[in-house]
Amino acid sequence: MLEIRNLHVRAEGKEILRGIDLTVNAGEVHAIMGPNGSGKSTLARALSGHPEYEVTAGEALYEGRDLLAMDPDERAREGVFMAFQYPVEIAGVNNSYFLKAALNAKRKHLGQPELDAMEFMTLVQEKAKLLEIDKSMLTRAVNEGFSGGEKKRNEIFQMALLEPKLAILDETDSGLDIDALKLVANGVNAMRSPGRAFIVVTHYQRLLNYIVPDYVHVLSAGKIVRSGGKELAHELEARGYGWIDAA
Amino acid sequence: MTQIAEKPSVFGTALDKRPRGGPRWLDDLRSRGAARFMALGIPTVRDEEWRFTNVAPLGAIDFAPAEQISGAVERLNGFAYTDAPVRLVIVNGRFDTTLSRVKALPSGVQARSLAAALGDYPDVVQRYFGQLADFTSRGFTALNTAFVQDGAFIHIPDGTILETPIHVIFVSGADGSKFMSHPRTLIVAGAGAQASVIESYIGAQGDTYFTNVVSEIFVGENAGVDHYKVQAESLDSFHIASLHAHTSRSSRFSSHSFALGGKLARSDVFAILDGEGGDCTLNGLYLADRDRLVDNHTSIDHAKPHCGSHEVYKGILGGTARAVFNGKIIVRQDAQKTDAKQTNRALLLTDGATINTKPQLEIFADDVKCTHGAAIGQLDDDAIFYLRTRGLTYAEARDMLIHAFAGQILEGVRVEPLREALERELFDQLAADLADADAKSATKRSGQRSASVVEEPKGGAGGDRRGSGGADRQQ
Repeated sequence: MLEIRNLHVRAEGKEILRGIDLTVNAGEVHAIMGPNGSGKSTLARALSGHPEYEVTAGEALYEGRDLLAMDPDERAREGVFMAFQYPVEIAGVNNSYFLKAALNAKRKHLGQPELDAMEFMTLVQEKAKLLEIDKSMLTRAVNEGFSGGEKKRNEIFQMALLEPKLAILDETDSGLDIDALKLVANGVNAMRSPGRAFIVVTHYQRLLNYIVPDYVHVLSAGKIVRSGGKELAHELEARGYGWIDAA
Repeated sequence: MTQIAEKPSVFGTALDKRPRGGPRWLDDLRSRGAARFMALGIPTVRDEEWRFTNVAPLGAIDFAPAEQISGAVERLNGFAYTDAPVRLVIVNGRFDTTLSRVKALPSGVQARSLAAALGDYPDVVQRYFGQLADFTSRGFTALNTAFVQDGAFIHIPDGTILETPIHVIFVSGADGSKFMSHPRTLIVAGAGAQASVIESYIGAQGDTYFTNVVSEIFVGENAGVDHYKVQAESLDSFHIASLHAHTSRSSRFSSHSFALGGKLARSDVFAILDGEGGDCTLNGLYLADRDRLVDNHTSIDHAKPHCGSHEVYKGILGGTARAVFNGKIIVRQDAQKTDAKQTNRALLLTDGATINTKPQLEIFADDVKCTHGAAIGQLDDDAIFYLRTRGLTYAEARDMLIHAFAGQILEGVRVEPLREALERELFDQLAADLADADAKSATKRSGQRSASVVEEPKGGAGGDRRGSGGADRQQ
């Protein structure tokens, strides 16, 4: 589904990714781990089309198409979703209203009929239960006044509504207590399917106890230095990132 | 060259031909207004209250007192809520009986021409007229007083709850000439009364005219008045307005201002909270683009204790427009337990737009709560990106944020058809400015690729910033 070849990305004038090669197939969950500054979030943001991240070389093919040539909203409508590390607060925009607009934008793109208010609320109620999204979170402004945990749950809730093909989770576990972590993990696991792929960017191994990956890649100084199965995550936890660099 | 030497010539000829007649007290008032204007003249930028708003261009035009204009009915088309069931229509300063309709009003409620009221209810009018609009130091108010002739008079008797809003529409037109009108509004709400009044100022595009407005609103004890002002004047016109409101014990006053037109528009709102437990809300939304100027000055005087005031003004500026916001809050010595809040926020859509904003707090009591804040900025790039990653286009994301920004003020409009119409007008007005801002930010929007990488140019929509030339693609 996603083929990244020799990807180089600059941000704030510095080269952060120095040649990433990665292949993600439908149905797979890939974990990207690495120390701070290794470029994990940069990879996620570059894939989502963040304007401050400049691709200087390489390519990323999404279902055979040039992902990097697409505007961020086009990527989203084509089924790419990123759960932000720091979800943005949007004052004055009602959360439900925004979710319905996003969902209908996608449906319109796929030639599906748009949902009306009733249909949308029914769909919302189904998905809300899984992530314990309560009524107040739906009526408040997007992420405004949400706790860290609520913001992350709102991200996964959006993912559940939009049903992407490629979901990129950018440090979704950071700042979460164990209960919130489990909720988020449940949400993600409920969406694992043969037609869907996940890239889970995380600094800590703990999340991967709940979202068990098929592959683990370790990033260091902008390059993938080690790839393996889920056991690699355990090794990292036991030995620390220093072990990778030394090897 | 001193100020005094320049002043008398402005509007001098017109003043000689000012209206006369009606009750003696009114004629006296006009004379005093004229005399005061001759002494003051129009403000200059050396006046503190007009520091950022230069009205010299207004003074340089030889505006003649307005005459009748053609096609008044057609001129009502396309403006918000002009089909209101109760409407008073004043055309170029003269009340138009054929266009006005007051059938739906309960008995006892007066909504009529000010000129007619001067004749029919001289006592009531005289008791209130001019009591708030002091012109000792205000040139434009003195000028309006000198020319006072007609406008709107609304009287809600004690205990009357008015369900239907009253829409007062001031239509201006110049038909090629340069006219000025000085409309006057007087609204009196008795004890326990409740009413909504809308004042709209509309004019055809392309016309150059000068509208000089004075409105006075008296809110009786335990009464409530919701006032809306829609300024949709021609973009080549001058609109100078002052609103004076007086609240009594336990009364409630709100004024929601929408400044959408005018080449130069200045609005002064003076609210005096003169009774314990009064509440005052002043909201405003102002738009300007091109090289237009919009100036909002407010002054809330907490004269008695236990009063609350809430003020939220929001501006959206494009082109090389200039905005001024000055919010004054005075808390008198005995006004303990005052609760005053003021916010002004401006959204700049272009680099050329500017705003000067200043809060002024004069607090003489010691047990009060006063907060004020101002924020000036552009559309939040992070918010736009976030919305785009959920599938909304740049334009959809931007519109959603602007909606959210203006929404707070639009929400305050409790007359549904008015709010809907204003929302549409807001976006119509902004459309050109937004398209402009779009073109400029096309490079910013999805500028991920640096010039050294080339991909096949993509056809159709979205192909806005493809790299051209440069190195070959890496395979």
